[in-house]
Amino acid sequence: MRIINVDLVVSAIKEMCIEANHFLSQDMKDAIEEAAKKEESVVGRQILEQLQENLNIAKQEMIPICQDTGMAVIFMEIGQDVHFEGGFLEDAIHEGVRQGYGEGYLRKSVVGNPILRKNTGDNTPAIIHYSIVPGDQVHITVAPKGFGSENMSRIFMLKPSDGIEGVKNAVLTAVKDAGPNACPPMVVGVGIGGTFEKCALMAKRALSRPIDKRSEDSGMRELEEELLERINRSGIGPGGLGGTVTALAVNIDSYPTHIAGLPVAVNICCHVNRHATRSL
Amino acid sequence: MLPRKSPCHKKLVTESDGDRMADRLMCSELSQVGTVKEIEMNRHIEVPFLEASAASLRAGDCVYLTGILYTARDAAHKRMYEALERNESLPFDIRDGVIYYMGPSPARPGRVIGSAGPTTSSRMDKYAPILLDMGLKGMIGKGRRSQGVKDAVKRNGAVYFAAVGGAGALLSRSIVGAEVIAYEDLGTEAVRRLKVREFPVIVVADAEGNDLYDTAAQRYCREATVDCMNIGGAISQT
Repeated sequence: MRIINVDLVVSAIKEMCIEANHFLSQDMKDAIEEAAKKEESVVGRQILEQLQENLNIAKQEMIPICQDTGMAVIFMEIGQDVHFEGGFLEDAIHEGVRQGYGEGYLRKSVVGNPILRKNTGDNTPAIIHYSIVPGDQVHITVAPKGFGSENMSRIFMLKPSDGIEGVKNAVLTAVKDAGPNACPPMVVGVGIGGTFEKCALMAKRALSRPIDKRSEDSGMRELEEELLERINRSGIGPGGLGGTVTALAVNIDSYPTHIAGLPVAVNICCHVNRHATRSL
Repeated sequence: MLPRKSPCHKKLVTESDGDRMADRLMCSELSQVGTVKEIEMNRHIEVPFLEASAASLRAGDCVYLTGILYTARDAAHKRMYEALERNESLPFDIRDGVIYYMGPSPARPGRVIGSAGPTTSSRMDKYAPILLDMGLKGMIGKGRRSQGVKDAVKRNGAVYFAAVGGAGALLSRSIVGAEVIAYEDLGTEAVRRLKVREFPVIVVADAEGNDLYDTAAQRYCREATVDCMNIGGAISQT
């Protein structure tokens, strides 16, 4: 058994909130650079170059990449041989978010009651997903999620007879309906199978997979490649002002499902697909 | 302080440095996409608008705004709408003015503002027509508007601009002053008076009823299963 003090969790999450909102991961930066080279539209290229300039300014001047610094989505993969001490783990996670958004000059975008809508003032609570894994380590991913693209995300409870064509149409429909609102070029996270909530969670988790890494399942890999190509033929383009780069990647996760169902979740992320990962 | 562009924007109009050339290229390309015959590129406009200058802008125009913008997003629009329902006045004079749909991240010490890019405009569609009918002449955001908003833009000789979404650090450089003037308790959603210099926007919806998003994707659309005439259509029905 390994003992970890929750203070370590507080400081790690604080730092990761700040890091994710100011520095985009290398895979995302490479993809935007590549997109700027291959975009056919002059307008589109111009926008992609502005996005690269925006990333440089964010890094050099410590201004968040986007003013929507998101709701903090946190994946906690906890080794089953770990024991936490020094307080309740969940309190520590929220405290890390509170400190990160406060000290990092990040926007507080969370309202307490979704109907009454009073801002909580410190961007808590976070959205936390726990999983228990083998070993004695804790893997933390902090993925601040902006809502311009979150609002454009969809769940489709398809019928088994809809098949793979139904899945493709669902993804293309979600992207088309998102259009310029989701700040293209997007990253498209897709969850196929499971239950209603499982497919949504897979779609979210898929967004933090490096976008230059394709699915290990050959069928899913082919689907990712075909969908990316077709999304980029939609013409939506950077900023929705027309072009040949509408998405940077399609990341699909799948899971067994029920004989009666074919759930498909499409979680759309803008070009600021942020995540920081750390192991304790 | 952040590095600033020349305060004399008239000089910038005649400059032919690399950036300006690129801007011209950008707008000439858009003009081929748009349905409008005369596109004026890289116009420098003072805001609040002078008489009828909003109505002269056309979808696809690249415009640099200098002057005063007011920020308001979801919660501030709801409050303004409720104030009007109670026959109360708005917290600022919207006549000929421009609202920027934006909630900034906090400014670091010594800075004017934090990251400051546009939010999705369609959430304000419910509130925009009444403000346009009261004299609002411009809106800056991102994404599609409802037909109701576009009709109100047309009948009032107003304009809807898009700024580049997700470029909040870059756009913050064009903001030289910011003060909260109403609804301070709303935090980032408070109404701010922004002083901007050469704030870059593109005209999306104009006083002739043109919508750049209707036409922009068509040129590059090669996917039969996607209805290119209706990109973003499902979310703009309000």
